[in-house]
Amino acid sequence: MGNLTLHGICKSFGAVDVIHDVDLEVRHGEFCVFVGPSGCGKSTLLRMIAGLEDITAGEVRIDGALVNTVPPSKREIAMVFQSYALYPHLNVRDNMALGLKQARFPRAEIDAAVRRAAKMLDLDPYLSRRPAELSGGQRQRVAIGRAIVRKPKLFLFDEPLSNLDAALRVQTRIEIANLHRELGATIIYVTHDQVEAMTLADRIVVLRDGRIEQVGAPMELYRNPANEFVAGFIGSPRMNFLDAPALGQPGKSLGIRPEHLSFSRDGGQIEGRVSHVEQLGGETLIYLHADPHGLVTVRLFGEHAAEVDERAFITPDMARAFHFGADGQRLAA
Amino acid sequence: MSARVSILRSSAAHAILIAYTVIALYPVLLIVINSMKSRRAIFNEPLAFPTPETFDLVGFHTVFEQSDFFLYFQNSLIVTLASLFFVLLFGAMAAFALAEYRFRGNLLMGLYLALGIMIPIRLGTVAILEIMVAANLVNTLTALVLVYTAQGLPLAVFILTEFMRQVSDDLKNAARIDGLSEYRIFFTISLPLVRPALATVAVFTMIPIWNDLWFPLILAPSDATKTLTLGSQVFLGQYVTNWNAVLAALSLAILPVVVLYLIFSRQLIRGITRGAVK
Ligand SMILES: Nc1ncnc2c1ncn2[C@@H]1O[C@H](COP(=O)(O)OP(=O)(O)OP(=O)(O)O)[C@@H](O)[C@H]1O
Ligand SMILES: [Mg+2]
Repeated sequence: MGNLTLHGICKSFGAVDVIHDVDLEVRHGEFCVFVGPSGCGKSTLLRMIAGLEDITAGEVRIDGALVNTVPPSKREIAMVFQSYALYPHLNVRDNMALGLKQARFPRAEIDAAVRRAAKMLDLDPYLSRRPAELSGGQRQRVAIGRAIVRKPKLFLFDEPLSNLDAALRVQTRIEIANLHRELGATIIYVTHDQVEAMTLADRIVVLRDGRIEQVGAPMELYRNPANEFVAGFIGSPRMNFLDAPALGQPGKSLGIRPEHLSFSRDGGQIEGRVSHVEQLGGETLIYLHADPHGLVTVRLFGEHAAEVDERAFITPDMARAFHFGADGQRLAA
Repeated sequence: MSARVSILRSSAAHAILIAYTVIALYPVLLIVINSMKSRRAIFNEPLAFPTPETFDLVGFHTVFEQSDFFLYFQNSLIVTLASLFFVLLFGAMAAFALAEYRFRGNLLMGLYLALGIMIPIRLGTVAILEIMVAANLVNTLTALVLVYTAQGLPLAVFILTEFMRQVSDDLKNAARIDGLSEYRIFFTISLPLVRPALATVAVFTMIPIWNDLWFPLILAPSDATKTLTLGSQVFLGQYVTNWNAVLAALSLAILPVVVLYLIFSRQLIRGITRGAVK
C-alpha cells in the first residue's frame, strides 16, 4: 500500500515562510505531479515527505501512520534526484544494493532484486561500472533502479529528467510511465515542465508561492482551470489573456488558448499585425500584435503561410474561453 | 601579435617562478652539498660541490654514532603523523558539522574555531606548560601531539568547511534514504570527495610541526622524547659547533617531509585534474 496524507503542512526557514498550510491526499497507485514555477516550494515539500527536512507544522501520514519524526530510511520511500546522486565510489550493482544491505536483507534476495531492476532498465551490461563511466541517461536509469530495488511504498522524483537532452527526456519519460504501470506504485513527481506533468500524471498539483492553487486530473485542469495562474501554467503554448472590456466581455481578462483562436486575412473580431511566425511542420504558431491585448499566440494545425507585418484578424471560440476577474479568479460561467 | 605577447608574458612568468624556486631551494642545496664535505672544505669553499678530495661522510658517521639519531627520528615521525591524523580527523568532523547542520550559533562556532588562525599558539606557552605539568605530561610525546593538534585545527576547520559545503546535498540525502548513519556518510561519502583539500591541509599542517623547535624544547626536552630538530642542537655548541654533524642531521631531516609531500601532492593533483575533466 502507499497512501500519503498531508495535513496543514507549513515550512519556515528562519523567518521565511516557504510552505503555507498544504493539505493533500494521494491514493495508492496514483501518479501525482507537483508543478509550479521555480522557487515555489516543490522540492521543499517533497523533501518534507521524504523526511529530509523538518516539518514546521502539520502532519505527514503514510498509510495512516504519522511519520513526522520517522527518519527517511524508515519511511519506506525511495527518492530519485535531479543530480542523480549516485555514490561515486561504488559500481552500479553496489549503488543499487546499498539500501538493502543497510536494511540487512539476505544476500540472495538483494541479488535477485538488483537483477530484476537491471533487467527492467536495460542496465545489465553496466552492472560493474562506476557512475563516472556512464552517460547521463544511464546514470539516471541507475538512480531509478536504486529506487525500484527498495520496493518502497512511495516513489519520490525531483525533476529527474531536467539534466537530460530532449530526445533522452522523451524516452525516459516513457520508461517512467511504463514503470508506473508495471509496478503500480504510488509516485510523487516534481517538475516544472508542464508537458511531463500532462503526459505522466493521474493528478496534477499546481503550486505557487508555497500554496496549492489547484489539484486535478490533467485534462480537468486544462478544461477547467480555477484561476488565471493555473490557466496560464497548464497548456503549451501558454494561454492568451485578452482584454475583456475591450471585447465587451465580463471580468478583467478573457483567457483563450492559442488552439482556440481562428485566423483569417479577410476579417474577424480582433485586428492585429503579424509579428512572428514559427513553422513546426505539424503546426504553425503565429504571433500577432493586437491593441490593447498585446502579443497573442495563434496555433494552427498544418502548414500556413503568413508574412511578418501583414494585417490579419483573429476570432476567439467563445465556447472555449474563460473569464477571469480582477483578483485572477475564474468568474462563474 | 597576440601570440607573441602571450609567449613573452608566459616566459616572464616562468622566469619569475624559476628565480623564486632557485632562491627558495638554494639554502637547502647548500646544506645538502656541504653535509658531504670535510670540515676544512666547508669553510674554505662553502659554495663548491664536493670533489673526490673534499668528499667526506664524517658528519653522517657522527650523527649515527654519537647521538640517538634513530630515536629522535622516530619521535619526530610519531609526533608529526599522530598530530596530522588528529588534525585531519577532528578538523574534517568539525567542518562536516558546520557545513551540514543548521543549528543556533553555527556561524559563531565557525568563527570561534577559526580564531586560532590569527592568534599564535606560542602566546599561551606558559599556560600550556602549567597544564602539562598538572596533567603529568611533561616529557611525553603525548604533550607534543596535543599541542600540535590544537595548533593545526583552526586552519583545517576553516579550509575544510568550505570544501565540505561543496559536497552535493543530494548525495548525502540519497545516503540518508538508504539508511546510512551520519558517521558512514561522513567517512564513506564526504571525506573521499574532499581528499584534495585534506592533502592541502596535511601539507600546511605537517611542515611547521616537523620543523618546530619551541615546544619540544619546552615540553619534552628529555633524551627519550627529543625530536629530530631538537636532537640536532647537541651539535651546535656554545663554543664549538660540529658543522659536519649539524648539516648531515638537517639533510636527513629533509627526507621524510619530502616523501610525505610527494604523497599528498599526488592526491592534490589527482583531485584537481579530476575536477577539470568532469
Ligand atoms: N535551506 C534553505 N534556507 C532558506 N531558504 C530556502 C532553503 N531551501 C530552500 N529555500 C527557499 O525555499 C523556497 C522554495 O525552494 P524549493 O527548492 O522548494 O523550490 P522549487 O519549487 O523546488 O524550485 P525549482 O523549480 O527551482 O527547483 C525558495 O524560495 C528557496 O529560496
Ligand atoms: Mg526544486
